[in-house]
Amino acid sequence: MRLHRRLMTALLCLILVSLCGITAAQRETEIRIGVYEPMTGAMAAGGQMTYEGIQLAQEQRPTVLGLPVRVILVDNRSDKVESATAVTRLIQKDKVCAIIGSYGSALSMSGGPVAQAAKVPVMGCSPTNPLVTLGNDYYFRACFIDPFQGRVMAQFAYEKLGARTAAIIQDIAQDYAVGLANFFKQAFTEMTGNPKSIVAFTSYQTGDRDYTAQLTYVANAKPDVVFAPGYYADAAVLITQARSLGLKMPFLGGDTFEAPEFTQIGGKNVEGVYFSTHYSADAPVTPASEKFVALYKAKYKIAPNTFAALGYDCYNLVLDAIERAGSSNPVAIRDAMAKTRNFVGATGIITLDANGDATKSAVVLVVRDGEFKLVDVVHPR
Amino acid sequence: MMARKRVVLSILKIAAVCAALVLFFLLLAWGQEHWDAYTVRILNLCGIYIGITLGLNLCNGFTGQFSLGIAGFMAVGAYTTALLTMAPAIKQAVYFIEPLIYPLNSIQWGFLPSLLMAAIVSGIVGFLVGAPAIRFRGDYLAITTLGFAEIIRVLFTNIVPITNGALGLKGIPPHTNLVWSWGFALVCVAVMARLMRSGFGRALKAIRDDEIAAEAMGVNLFSHKCLAFVVSAMMAGVGGGLLGNLITTIDPNMFRFPLTFTVLMMAVLGGLGSITGTVISAALVTVAMEALRALEEPRVIFGLALPGIPGMRMVVFSVALMMVILFFPKGFMGDRELSLDRAKSLATRLRRANTSRQG
Amino acid sequence: MTMEIFLQNMANGITLGSLYALLAIGYTMVYGILRLINFAHGEIFMISTYFAFYGTAIFALPWQISFLIAIVLTALLGVVIERAAYRPLRDAPRISALISAIGVSFLMANLGLVIFGGRPKTFYRPPIFQTPIELGGVRVVALFFVIPALTAILLVALNYIVYKTKTGLAMRAAQWDFDTARLMGVDVDRAISITFAIGSALAAVGGIMWGLRFAEINPNMGLFPGLKCFIAAVFGGIGNISGAVLGGFILGFGEIMLVAFLPGLAGYRDAFAFILLILILLVRPTGLLGDKQRVKI
Repeated sequence: MRLHRRLMTALLCLILVSLCGITAAQRETEIRIGVYEPMTGAMAAGGQMTYEGIQLAQEQRPTVLGLPVRVILVDNRSDKVESATAVTRLIQKDKVCAIIGSYGSALSMSGGPVAQAAKVPVMGCSPTNPLVTLGNDYYFRACFIDPFQGRVMAQFAYEKLGARTAAIIQDIAQDYAVGLANFFKQAFTEMTGNPKSIVAFTSYQTGDRDYTAQLTYVANAKPDVVFAPGYYADAAVLITQARSLGLKMPFLGGDTFEAPEFTQIGGKNVEGVYFSTHYSADAPVTPASEKFVALYKAKYKIAPNTFAALGYDCYNLVLDAIERAGSSNPVAIRDAMAKTRNFVGATGIITLDANGDATKSAVVLVVRDGEFKLVDVVHPR
Repeated sequence: MMARKRVVLSILKIAAVCAALVLFFLLLAWGQEHWDAYTVRILNLCGIYIGITLGLNLCNGFTGQFSLGIAGFMAVGAYTTALLTMAPAIKQAVYFIEPLIYPLNSIQWGFLPSLLMAAIVSGIVGFLVGAPAIRFRGDYLAITTLGFAEIIRVLFTNIVPITNGALGLKGIPPHTNLVWSWGFALVCVAVMARLMRSGFGRALKAIRDDEIAAEAMGVNLFSHKCLAFVVSAMMAGVGGGLLGNLITTIDPNMFRFPLTFTVLMMAVLGGLGSITGTVISAALVTVAMEALRALEEPRVIFGLALPGIPGMRMVVFSVALMMVILFFPKGFMGDRELSLDRAKSLATRLRRANTSRQG
Repeated sequence: MTMEIFLQNMANGITLGSLYALLAIGYTMVYGILRLINFAHGEIFMISTYFAFYGTAIFALPWQISFLIAIVLTALLGVVIERAAYRPLRDAPRISALISAIGVSFLMANLGLVIFGGRPKTFYRPPIFQTPIELGGVRVVALFFVIPALTAILLVALNYIVYKTKTGLAMRAAQWDFDTARLMGVDVDRAISITFAIGSALAAVGGIMWGLRFAEINPNMGLFPGLKCFIAAVFGGIGNISGAVLGGFILGFGEIMLVAFLPGLAGYRDAFAFILLILILLVRPTGLLGDKQRVKI
């Protein structure tokens, strides 16, 4: 036992010493861009998809201002405290001049103030919560925000599907889902002019697997459509159960539905589900989209998703700003970034407004034969 | 003659301690401005985790009441402090689904009163949770307190007019700095050290070692356990408040079981029942959490390109926890303490051994 | 609420309750013998679903064989965990064993994340279980009959093993007191290993049914079903197999009926199990069917 203990102590010490010895070599002959994304934890899937797009973009465009670009990835473990530390680390230790991230608005909100205090610009890929850029002039994003997305789906349900009543099942533990449900409700009651047009409103929590009680309640209210904002895994299970309970009305959701796992888990049950998202591989909005789709398919052998496309765009938006700034000075990059106008990205033409949010069109997709097909494009007003 | 000498000595001792403290805080205040933000942030987290882990240790280590509810108390403290320190204008912007209820929407307090309030509120919640829960023993207590923490999180997710639900709070003023976080750590250390030397502390240890014997000796189990539980909850609450004002944004999902696990791990590694062990271990784990990122970065070893494996850090920590509990069941310090006197006696013993060998 | 909806909710409750019951049995068996919350039970359950998943997805085995292999492997895993993490601490304070259990739980969840990846996987669902069936306006799938039937069979089988066989006698003796059992010639280590094997195999059966029901598996799925089923076991009377089944059904029905009658409070559903736990511990600490707990002094 004693020998055991000594051996263990020695081993632990060895590990610690060897870890302290490892330090990242840094050279001044490169442009360093930081990425903080959830690579593990509850939101790992989104972070991983986004990072795929960033890697692809870097392979395509490995240099800027004649210097090689180095992308430094830091995992924020889907954790708010870690997220703030991750951004600090990128700025202080890795000395990055710009940052990309993060999937999950909550994670972006804790990284934002750190970057703002250090005056380093951040380009968010998919945090759609309006609070992310609020009062932070160093935070930008390549995506639209939830009030717009909620309105898009309400408008689609009202005009294209002819719905006059709707039910909402929200994931109450996710800021994203709560925001969307709220904005959908506002827009839908406004359009129908009937405050009672939301006939059922109920919730679940991320990771719940049994939704039969909520769905039975919704079925009883007989809505024309069901709006179910939440993450794709939960949503796919939810819709599968809805179909086996005999709910036949269309299900609607937001951009988080767009993941290959959504159709894998849901199978034929999610056929005919509509959701809003940032772009469609079907209708390449720009030449950049066509190029992106081809590149992505060549590299990963599957059709791309929104998050990869947004990651790809974020990288290019940052490089574009660096090029226009003509230097790797973070403040200069920030100023150039704020002036982004009509940037041709894979997800559309991106113009950043005064808040740093992208004004661009949303697309509505439907699941048909296990694939996401374009049904509608909604432009911002 | 002897008596006067002793008085002078003790005055000198107190003066030396005070001077050291003043110097320490001056250094921290200077460091806040001059060290880089990464170091400052990690040091801040160290200070906060030291305090919280000491709180957990008071309950789990010193009293032997295994509680897993620390994340819930942190949530209570974090929300109390955040709601009291945020500016009314920011509150209005953040609560965009349902407005914050009166009077919370119009008040703004200073940091110290807010933290004190956090201590009071989490202390009250600690009592409400503790009073029924401490009747249970061992693993029942563990799972009940875990349940209470989860209930608190679910409540915070649902009561939108107070907590803003899952949307969380943003724009909490960044009051927390090195002086605050390490001040908190020192206060916790002082409270613990004082408690443990008192009759109360001895009673707690008696409860840990043998509840029935302690009761037979006249220790009131309920009031002692309850007070330990409440003080522990208060430390967690203040720690949560400091954490919220450090990262300036909080939401209910922050305070789930993995947070409790992290704090528990710090306490176990350092030794359940050792103040110095807890301090060292909380600081070490916080630093290691960053240092071990090296494991997740892609790098080249002996010409072999290894891809980064996200998630390795937590595997390493879990393995470390398992090894410690299997091979050093009492943690690195057990329930011993590191102190000057101990070092001195060790030195004397060494010297004696030396002289005797020479002789 | 109309009759039809009520019946539908009853069906929902049976489906969920029988799943909880299945998992609670494994929990209760391990707790009964070691008096230890096997925190890792939820992670054993998680890993079993991955065994079954890889069997069908990578090795392209027929699902029957794949599921069988998954159950065997999971049983082995349970035995290994007991050997490595619990046995060395058998004479240590209970808290050490509990910390070890929590450690194992986190280790497995994190290893799962590194090995299986964080993105969810789709569990193979043989179509035969998904056949929709409609009974007087109540809609269920074939699985609705499979899970309760399986639970009933396992309940009978386990009661037989525990009360009618020699192994069961050894298990019950060990449950009473290790040292006395040893003096009576009972191989306590063997009895504990068998208990862990059975408990983990039950977790695997539960995991497979979970996969068949919900189709989605991920490395974080273990913790909460694990805790809920522990609560179900406590509610029914920990250590009592029939109690675990009863507790599982009550928890399942309770969750469904909470949402059915108060849909506005659906967001509080995850707290329900814990409130149930606290109430039962305050009112009747031994659970519904439990016998008086012995405190060893």
